[in-house]
Amino acid sequence: MKILHYWRAMWGIIWRECWRFVTQRERFVSALVRPLVWLFIFAAGFRSALGLAISPPYETYILYEVYIVPGLCGMIQLFNGMQSSLSMVYDREMGSMRILLTCPLPRWFLLLSKLLAGTAVSILQVYVFLGVAWCYDIRPPLQGYAWILPALILSGLMLGALGLLLSSLIKQLENFAGVMNFVIFPMFFMSTALYPLWKIKESSALLHHLAEYNPFSQAVELIRFALYGQFNQHAFIYTLAAFIVFMTLAILGYNPSKGMMTRKGGGG
Amino acid sequence: MSQVNALSIEDLSFSYSGNKALDHVGFNIQSGECTLLLGPNGAGKSTLFALITRLYDARSGRIELCGFDIKKQTGKALARLGVVFQQSTLDMDLTVMQNLGYHAALHGMGHKLAKQRIQQELERLNMVDRRFEKIRQLNGGHRRRVEIARALLHKPSLLLLDEPTVGLDVPSRQDIVEHVHRLAKDENMAVLWASHLIDEIYPDDRLIILHKGQIKATGSVDEVLQQTGATTIKDAFYALTQGAQG
Repeated sequence: MKILHYWRAMWGIIWRECWRFVTQRERFVSALVRPLVWLFIFAAGFRSALGLAISPPYETYILYEVYIVPGLCGMIQLFNGMQSSLSMVYDREMGSMRILLTCPLPRWFLLLSKLLAGTAVSILQVYVFLGVAWCYDIRPPLQGYAWILPALILSGLMLGALGLLLSSLIKQLENFAGVMNFVIFPMFFMSTALYPLWKIKESSALLHHLAEYNPFSQAVELIRFALYGQFNQHAFIYTLAAFIVFMTLAILGYNPSKGMMTRKGGGG
Repeated sequence: MSQVNALSIEDLSFSYSGNKALDHVGFNIQSGECTLLLGPNGAGKSTLFALITRLYDARSGRIELCGFDIKKQTGKALARLGVVFQQSTLDMDLTVMQNLGYHAALHGMGHKLAKQRIQQELERLNMVDRRFEKIRQLNGGHRRRVEIARALLHKPSLLLLDEPTVGLDVPSRQDIVEHVHRLAKDENMAVLWASHLIDEIYPDDRLIILHKGQIKATGSVDEVLQQTGATTIKDAFYALTQGAQG
């Protein structure tokens, strides 16, 4: 009976998140427009400026648009993770988070379910984006669309856990702008999403190291290899380890006896 | 054999960065009792509720719900608790049914049982006709009714209400006050109702008067009047919380 309770609660949380996403049309459109702008405008402009050598998982010369697609899939998940984090802060301020946290299930499970829900939404967005990219003639092997799913689950969980961790640290909604400046942008630009590591090394050794150790880079590489039917073990282990670290810290952050919740204060 | 208290609080203290919000608070509530927790703003009512619901951790003292320690048997304790928070906790973009269905899922109810309980609670609050409306479309009184229906879906033994009538017009307030008092009687449910409105008290209610984190008086309406030597609860309240704001 207890397992059934966990199962129903998890599906309830995932259903609510997906329903909210689908019914909030503006959110759906803006989530899709962002990577498409990068693909259609930025990548088209950069195509001639950036020469790409043959490097795994690619077996031939590729256009910049082809290179950038896995990075944009990662970007969708990065923004979605932060959006979930923003909605957690909002929910906490508006009170609806309390309903979740006062239900009779362990807090780690509720947070994990919330994370899975956010990941499910991000995967939905990635597949719609890949569909549009396919129409734009960016066509990875068909089996890549299946291989990418486990990679997207892990990268979505890792980026979502980072968002969860941040939401446990952010005291007010207003502070969220800081997350954009200090987390999302540096993570995105200091990664292999837009340019390969060897290209970064040519301009700065420090940037190269930062990009190499950036968990977002590893998530993007995991997605990139999976999309071409290959398994990048290093990226997998790195992303998994980052997920475990972020998730553990997020659970501690939301633990009433150890975390930040008691320090946030309350009313009357 | 002694009856298990629906809520038992022993020697509970809590501070926010050195400022004491609750100071050695202790009381019991039994099934079928409607207890009003009265106190001016800043008395510590919301802190007490956050501790009972385990949103905050009680570092000193003990809280038991139906005999289950909130710290050690959190799941079992929370399963017996229904809560209506001061701030609305409904999802504005979902319908009444969807909000209630979400809560039912969190409490592990199957689809059939959830549907049946939702129907039952909405009927009791005359809200069946509004079940497919989005929360955003409802007025304040109706939103509160939905929150009460939600808190009752899993048939809790203890219902906590944190100033649920704030911002409502007089008829909506009366509806809610009457409904909750009926619940305590008909369902043998224990109710802890935080308020600073004296007119929400019924003659057979029990009272706890909290001021600056300390319990100033507790007992039936008559007992509190006797303790303070006042003739009305309003006088007793002002005597006990003299100098407090609002």
